[in-house]
Amino acid sequence: MKVRDALLDELAQHTIDDKPYWFRLDRRDFLKLFGGGLLVCLADVSTWAQESGRNFGGHELPKDIASWLHIAADGRVTVFTGKVEVGQNIRTSLAQQVAEELRVPFDTITMVMGDTDLVPWDAGTFGSRTTPTMGPQLRTMAAAARDMLIETAAARWKVDPATLTAADAKVTNPRNGHSLTYGELTRGEKLMKTVSGEVALTPASDWKVAGTAVPKVNGRDFVTGKHKYPSDIVRPGMMFGKVLRPAGFNATLVSVDTSGAEKISGAKVVQDGNFIAVAAADASTAESALSALRATWNVPAQPSNKELFALLKQPPATQQEDRGPEHVSGSVPQAMASALIQLHQQYTVQYIAHAPLEPRAAVAEWVSGKLTVWTGTQRPFGVRDELMAAFHIPVEQVRVIQPDMGSGYGGKHTGEAAVEAARLAKATGKPVKVVWTREEEFTWAYFRPAGLIEISSGAQHDGTLVAWEHHNYNSGPAAITTPYNVANQLIQFHPANSPLRQGSYRSLAATANHFARESHMDEVAHAVGMDPLEFRMKNLSDPRLRAVFQTAAEKFGWGGSKSTSQRGFGIAGGTDKGGYVATCVEVEINPDKKIKIRRVVQAWESGAIVNPDGLRNQVGGAIVQAIGGALFESIQFANGRILNPHFAQYRVPRFSDTPQIEIVLIDRKDLPSAGAGESGIVGLAPAVGNAIFAATGTRLRNMPMAPPSAASGETVSMFRS
Amino acid sequence: MADFVLKVNGTELHVSAPADESLLFVLRDRLNLTGTKYGCGEGQCGACTVLLDGQPARSCITPASGAAGTNITTIEGLEQNGQVSPVQQAFLEEGAFQCGYCTSGMVLSATALLRKTPHPTDEQIVAHMDGNICRCGTYPRIIDAVKRASQSPAKAGGQ
Repeated sequence: MKVRDALLDELAQHTIDDKPYWFRLDRRDFLKLFGGGLLVCLADVSTWAQESGRNFGGHELPKDIASWLHIAADGRVTVFTGKVEVGQNIRTSLAQQVAEELRVPFDTITMVMGDTDLVPWDAGTFGSRTTPTMGPQLRTMAAAARDMLIETAAARWKVDPATLTAADAKVTNPRNGHSLTYGELTRGEKLMKTVSGEVALTPASDWKVAGTAVPKVNGRDFVTGKHKYPSDIVRPGMMFGKVLRPAGFNATLVSVDTSGAEKISGAKVVQDGNFIAVAAADASTAESALSALRATWNVPAQPSNKELFALLKQPPATQQEDRGPEHVSGSVPQAMASALIQLHQQYTVQYIAHAPLEPRAAVAEWVSGKLTVWTGTQRPFGVRDELMAAFHIPVEQVRVIQPDMGSGYGGKHTGEAAVEAARLAKATGKPVKVVWTREEEFTWAYFRPAGLIEISSGAQHDGTLVAWEHHNYNSGPAAITTPYNVANQLIQFHPANSPLRQGSYRSLAATANHFARESHMDEVAHAVGMDPLEFRMKNLSDPRLRAVFQTAAEKFGWGGSKSTSQRGFGIAGGTDKGGYVATCVEVEINPDKKIKIRRVVQAWESGAIVNPDGLRNQVGGAIVQAIGGALFESIQFANGRILNPHFAQYRVPRFSDTPQIEIVLIDRKDLPSAGAGESGIVGLAPAVGNAIFAATGTRLRNMPMAPPSAASGETVSMFRS
Repeated sequence: MADFVLKVNGTELHVSAPADESLLFVLRDRLNLTGTKYGCGEGQCGACTVLLDGQPARSCITPASGAAGTNITTIEGLEQNGQVSPVQQAFLEEGAFQCGYCTSGMVLSATALLRKTPHPTDEQIVAHMDGNICRCGTYPRIIDAVKRASQSPAKAGGQ
């Protein structure tokens, strides 16, 4: 699938409607923000915008400017981008790329991110798009700025610009040793350059700052507690808000008695349709007022985990446009008929929760009709649109600021807390903070989609795959196409009516589709009597995927020991969003069927590495997060209620679940850098399932594979973890 | 409302709050010490960990009035004369965080461990820290940071 289609699919999976507005910043206004110095803007961005923006739903692309960069007279560099820092380390890695092209010390750069009054419009931080799109945009501007400064120096010295060099924030004439700092070159004047077209970028093989393990920007503020997350923001006179949640999903309000809450001194009750909330000067009073509200809700009967997969298989009640197959080639029925080995299997994944450790939080403040909201979101401009729609205000009257937040993993695309805090702030006339409880976050956010996947395959006895049919119901089309060589294919995603609110999640459906595909590949390998790695390589020609498989297998010592009933070895891999991954695992199964992942070796390649330490951290984190979905994470629901909305009931990976992890990074300096925050999650689950099969002969086709005994999923696994 | 005195990071502070209000909310909302984080409100994630007389405690399930009379240490209290503690330094050197939201609780849990067990094994670190969730999954680096701090000449527990 083309990258853009995949992005549109990802956006289409969001649970909020797109509100198409585009505010054209007046450049003269913008220049007023700065003192003297050089402002560089990137224009002619149609190529970029197709990837980083969206051109549907009437949304105009940011034709004027996609990003900008300012060099002050004192040499300080400020970079403005709509991308946000949520723990994936782009505040550092983007600054490295600017430092590289501009030839300035890394610590002279400040990144302004995710403030809708200061940065250019951006669709949001998701889909592993920051590195492949924002990275080159910022590099282009920085390289153009450097060229302009060299030209300025050349004009002043009356020499050929080609004879000058730029390094360490200075332009130097090597022939006479004369040099001028960038600040001196701007002379404090207000200079502006608009960059369009191609600018030569420094190849990765020549990188000196990019490509190195620069530590996280402001790391000290994170170990000392000084960093202010969205939930830490305090405004003068701020009140604390709590929202009354319905008794279940799709509930309607029958009646509410607010008199008890209104009697509580200092509490303000706000009712606006189904929105019932309280605000008070402190959180305890707000909590008491919330408890004093008496509401009756009508909650309709709704499905539970038991009916989930039958439900997802049903065609949607609302007629959706038939999107057709993702990929068709040859004839699967004919190839299946002639195949000597035929397999038909079904795989499932449950709903899981992102559970970012910082729940949704917002502080909202109205000043002279203008709303400012500090909130944790991956889509500040999306939240701005939500606020404009909710309060019927023009874009000039809303500002969303996104302080680097306590992560999201795809779970914070929406602005619920922002809207709630803004409504309460409007009613009270004071700034209001709303921080969701863990239970609210587990219940009223949205989930990674559950999914049902059916795969049919045909192979010859020599291990040649001849037919591959893959149907994904509800979970999504990400990485649905097979990277293996199969002449006859039918691959299709089938949208469904989800009983729960669902949305983006780290790697989207790539985890589910890889779990199904790589488990099934293992099944075919066993059916034809081949080693699982050998079978994959026989059907694989993509050199990048072959390279990660070979690298992981070599580091792991694949084939060195045979699986026993207590110890299994498994392998899986794949590619998505420009990243290539292969995962080998060693799993221990004790006599009472308890599973422990002992060792993971993961090879990763995503082009030229921008920051090897940050990349290793992301890939390692993805492996650990993958353990939850693979073995035990599962949202339990019935009749419009979440049955396990606490960490005591919804288990997430902890220290004791963490295996020995070895990560091998392949640095392809000859290839563009791809995003790496997501796809490292896809290999673990199938590798674990394959290892369990190798040890026990039992094939697990449902994620989670070893849920707590209380789980009420359709298929009960005999394994625990 | 109850009036009481809390000794936080060596300073006595007067607090007026409902007697059952959690230490977490008193620290965050009344004393503006926001380095201590809310993660679950029921002692399951460790983000709110503080030290009471050197022992790790979940401030979200500790009534603030009950902490009167103890020495309360929060993440803001670990720096001495502008120098981060050996545990903080080790977290920086290992890059043992991503979003950093769990870091305050991790640093304080590790500080308590090293005070009691100056040279812990991996198993001891895992057992002691298992109540602290890092949703970004940086556990291996945190274990490395705890071990690095245990080898620090300044000794991690000292304040």
